[in-house]
Amino acid sequence: MTSMTQNTASQTAGAGSTQQPKRFVLPANAKRRVNTQRRKNIGITAYILFVLVPIYWLLNMSFKSNEEILGGLTLWPQNFTLENYQVIFSDPSWYMGYVNSMTYVSLNVIITLMVALPAAYAFSRYKFTGDKHLFFWLLTNRMAPPAVFLLPFFQLYSSVGLFDTHLAVALAHCLFNVPLAVWILEGFMSGVPREIDETAYIDGYKFHTFFLKIFLPLIRSGIGVTAFFCFMFSWVELLLARTLTSVEAKPIAAIMTRTVGATGIDWGVLAAAGVLTIIPGLLVIWFVRNHVAKGFALGRV
Amino acid sequence: MSLTLQNVTRIVDGECHIDNACLTLEPGSFNVLLGRTLAGKTSLMRLMAGLDKPTEGQVLMNGVDVTGVPVQQRNISMVYQQFINYPNWTVYENIASPLRLAKVAEGEIRKRVHETAEMLHIDPFLERRPLELSGGQQQRTAMARALVKDASLILFDEPLVNLDYKLREELRQEIRELLKARNSIAVYASTEPNEALALGGVTTLLHEGKVIQSGPSSEVYRYPVNIDAAELFSEPPINLIRGTVSETEVTFDSTVHFPLNQDIRGLKPGEYFFGVRPSHIGLVPHNDDDLEVSVLVELAEISGSETFMHVKNNHFNLVLQLSGVHEYHTDTPIKVYLPTHKLFVFDLDGRMLQAPGRLYQGDAAMEVTHG
Repeated sequence: MTSMTQNTASQTAGAGSTQQPKRFVLPANAKRRVNTQRRKNIGITAYILFVLVPIYWLLNMSFKSNEEILGGLTLWPQNFTLENYQVIFSDPSWYMGYVNSMTYVSLNVIITLMVALPAAYAFSRYKFTGDKHLFFWLLTNRMAPPAVFLLPFFQLYSSVGLFDTHLAVALAHCLFNVPLAVWILEGFMSGVPREIDETAYIDGYKFHTFFLKIFLPLIRSGIGVTAFFCFMFSWVELLLARTLTSVEAKPIAAIMTRTVGATGIDWGVLAAAGVLTIIPGLLVIWFVRNHVAKGFALGRV
Repeated sequence: MSLTLQNVTRIVDGECHIDNACLTLEPGSFNVLLGRTLAGKTSLMRLMAGLDKPTEGQVLMNGVDVTGVPVQQRNISMVYQQFINYPNWTVYENIASPLRLAKVAEGEIRKRVHETAEMLHIDPFLERRPLELSGGQQQRTAMARALVKDASLILFDEPLVNLDYKLREELRQEIRELLKARNSIAVYASTEPNEALALGGVTTLLHEGKVIQSGPSSEVYRYPVNIDAAELFSEPPINLIRGTVSETEVTFDSTVHFPLNQDIRGLKPGEYFFGVRPSHIGLVPHNDDDLEVSVLVELAEISGSETFMHVKNNHFNLVLQLSGVHEYHTDTPIKVYLPTHKLFVFDLDGRMLQAPGRLYQGDAAMEVTHG
């Protein structure tokens, strides 16, 4: 809508100025449209700046020394330093946090996809008793806050020896990610006509070769979006990840919240850790940016 | 390779999709399944293909029961109404796919793909993806994939419905040509009587899940076994008038009656339905024994170079198929002429008793159904 008005406005302006360069006057309503457009642009720019301020400030802090951070207001680092990042990359208690987080997040994404792909295929292709109820029930799994599951997970994992492992966190996150993944993938799969399956069988494909060679490539953007959503949840989830780990599999987010040393809070290092925590999310978003909108509509666009 | 359906019934969720169908398709034959939407054309094809399993009955290939055999192991191919191709593969790979599965040598694959693509005029597009092609080209790709392997059964499920008129005519002709040289059974589903006649071969009429008649297309067209068959195989549908036969004459209503003529002399006195094809009624008499009927024009709809004229009198409605464009205003009184020697006669249960030019007894008509 907005781009359309913009186009018509600029077209009128362009056409008019070439044909009758002197006498041309913008029609009143076109002028108003251009003004509205300009106002909208100003608004959106202001909003983006506003949203980016905390992130800028984090970046700003990560390049300052503690003295400068505590010293007074400086809009950019006066003594630019990479020391904070050096601390993180040299201290295993810091960088292992990233390794741990990435391990259980990847594990979670893999498990979720392995479970959700067949499930979503079944929901999209077959009719069985209670299929619609089951499908809806899946989503209700996400209605309880993670805290509800803390106690059962903690007790269960402690008694079977899963406590403080990457697998523990990955499995716990599956409880939330699998239903979401099934929902998103089902939408994408239902967008593929059933006749393609049948054509493949008629051509002579067995189910598994059809599924791997023809079907999965067809819904690859759906798989990408699903992986992104699982990543996002698992990467930012703090409560379960912190409670189910102690040393071996401690996630970066938990390390960040506990770093109050004897010398007080190490502001600069914390800020650097924050910046490094944002980066994986940015990378993933960059890869799926063209498909995210479709994913938010659960593939139903 | 012949295909036989024996008392095949399919019931889905308590709804009967196919009701006790018996049908034999001869090797090398071209079969048209003619029926309205929801008549069970697609259901029947899926049963033939083995995509669905019949609730009751058997499917025999060459006399061997293949009822439970999965579709991968039957040598068939199918073209759908929608343009179904693998969108992420090139046209070449699409066509080659059944051959790859059959482990045909690479050189042989290349040769056959190019041959088939050439036949269907898509050889310039082999390196493109299906979605970059026009609808007609996409459907040609699907057809090429169906024709590239030597399937013993080729199913076309209304393949031309989503194409424009010109292309439809063209492709229909091509399909017929391409299949002539083959020894495979072709089945072609259609809703249009004209398509069935144009394709020739064998026509099977499907009505509400039942096979009501099957035989050479022109036979079935000329001698429908009952009212359903006559209505199905006529576009616009055949006109039906209820009338009374006495010893000497036929009475449609108090003003419209005519003496029994040679063609329908055998009828016993009683009530009958008389059918007359829309194209047989004229605005001018063609024969001495044409019956003059005074009617009012309801609607004259122009369809291409033809006019479908709907007229009525107090007792019945008629549709006329006239060549040329005729414009009439509503409620214009006109006279139309029914050829009394071109009447179909049905009994009140809808069974055909007489067709123009040939006498039918009940049993003879039944033979056509099962023949």
